[in-house]
Amino acid sequence: MNCYNQPNLPVMKITTRFFLLLAFLVLPASSLIAGEATPVIDSGATAWMLTSAALVLLMIPGLAMFYGGLVRTKNVLGTMMHSFAAMGIMTVLWVACGYSMAFGPSVLGGWFGWSDDYFFLGGIDDKVMPAGIPEYVFSMFQAKFAIITPALIAGAFAERVSFKSYCIFIALWGVLIYNPLCHWVWASDGFLFNLGAKGAIDFAGGTVVHISAGVSGLVAAIYLGARKSFPHLPMRPNNLVMTMIGAGLLWVGWFGFNAGSSISSGLSTAQALTATQVAAAAGALTWIIIEGLHQGKATAVGFVSGILAGLVAITPAAGVVKPVGALALGALATVICYLAIILKNRLGYDDTLDAFGIHGVGGIVGAIFLVFFIRDSWMAEAATVAGSWTVWQQLGVQALAVGIAIAYAGIGTWIILVVLNKIVPLRANAEAEMRGLDNYYHGERGYGMTNPS
Amino acid sequence: MSILTSTTMKLIIAIIRENQLDQVREALIDAGITRITVSHVSGHGRSKTEEIYRGQVVIPNLVPNIRLEIAVNAEFVDTTCNAIISATKANDGGLIGSGKIFITPLEEVIRLRTGERGPDAI
Repeated sequence: MNCYNQPNLPVMKITTRFFLLLAFLVLPASSLIAGEATPVIDSGATAWMLTSAALVLLMIPGLAMFYGGLVRTKNVLGTMMHSFAAMGIMTVLWVACGYSMAFGPSVLGGWFGWSDDYFFLGGIDDKVMPAGIPEYVFSMFQAKFAIITPALIAGAFAERVSFKSYCIFIALWGVLIYNPLCHWVWASDGFLFNLGAKGAIDFAGGTVVHISAGVSGLVAAIYLGARKSFPHLPMRPNNLVMTMIGAGLLWVGWFGFNAGSSISSGLSTAQALTATQVAAAAGALTWIIIEGLHQGKATAVGFVSGILAGLVAITPAAGVVKPVGALALGALATVICYLAIILKNRLGYDDTLDAFGIHGVGGIVGAIFLVFFIRDSWMAEAATVAGSWTVWQQLGVQALAVGIAIAYAGIGTWIILVVLNKIVPLRANAEAEMRGLDNYYHGERGYGMTNPS
Repeated sequence: MSILTSTTMKLIIAIIRENQLDQVREALIDAGITRITVSHVSGHGRSKTEEIYRGQVVIPNLVPNIRLEIAVNAEFVDTTCNAIISATKANDGGLIGSGKIFITPLEEVIRLRTGERGPDAI
């Protein structure tokens, strides 16, 4: 790669210098005319946001490995393709309309946003945001969130969904569920962003990503029904080594997800990064302790489930809690997720890879209980804005935001499923389920393709 | 005793498609046959399974299959075979490559834990 670029380097340097020079010449003039300064690129923040965008993208192959390892051998590729297909579909949709719907000015009473400038990102070619980063970087960083959210849902109905139907489902889900939710929570004129004194706290996507994906997964798992032979035949993971590597990639990638969500490179980035690390560790440790006491053994799947529970819970909270709060949230999320999975087994529905049990439940725990660990400076700022502001008032705001996310994602997903199922049946047919998604939908096998053994 | 034993015990070896394993196991369990050994094997059958590699249709030279080994007393041979046959037939409509069942006499069976021999040890 470097070799290919080297001949171009001097040229690039010259053009960059030229543009910098141009910028310096134009900047004072334009600021005089416009009366406000055009934001200057903050190379530190830009560099970190570029890194974060790459780190969040890394989570998607990580998720593919995590989920792929947990299913049966005959479905490993099909399950990994659910994540990879999301990279293709959601990226194209994000550029076409997603970014505009999520971050454009509110239209249709605030249901979602729209700006013709964002249509195929046509109008942001040379735009720098007030945070000092090119808007392209922010747009691509956010695109990764739009990719991973529908990919998370796939865990709930793994091993029994038609590939074609899945592709259409995530496209519709992304446009109709994710983009509006993202707009409400993160756009500057989104109604949840402006709820209460300083808005509903969702630093990096507890409600937008995890609750919405978890709840939608639960609805889809119930709608599609259980896998054939569930639960009386044991369905063993095909490769836990891959699951462990995937969980490792997710943890690493989550630094981009959370610390990157500060949209800066400074103090708040450091706070989010620390909280993320601490919560993941607390979640993992708590899981193996509970499991050790309850089952007598600390499993590898348990440890990585704990990592995820901790990371999911800290996602909404990473910007507002100190390390002690992160520790408590990680541990609490694990306890409740562990109980949720026991309850799932009692209830008997088939949320195959616990998309709801970890992401839905962990996200709700994080978004609600974070109010008890908010750092004083945040509460002080909120009090300045609103006159006075208490933990309980913020709890009300959080509960409302969580309730709205659950209701919107749940009902919306149900409607999409019912309509889509009439056109392209979602459930894999009996033949596909028996032969495995790999062979039936992709004509391949995950292991030993040319010389099976 | 050994002559009597060899005529009353049979070893059933079934080669089936990989994807039939769950159905066959369920059918066997329903028929009361719970002791089986399963291995992943590969071989040449008459079927040609196609796979796609970078847009090209390829035919792997060895086809993966499942091999079941079931030791039974003679009176259970029919039950076992019928369960396997009906489970595989129900699911692939008689395509080439469904597999085969081999039945051979079984000389002796020894249960390791107790040292029991013969039909009681099955």
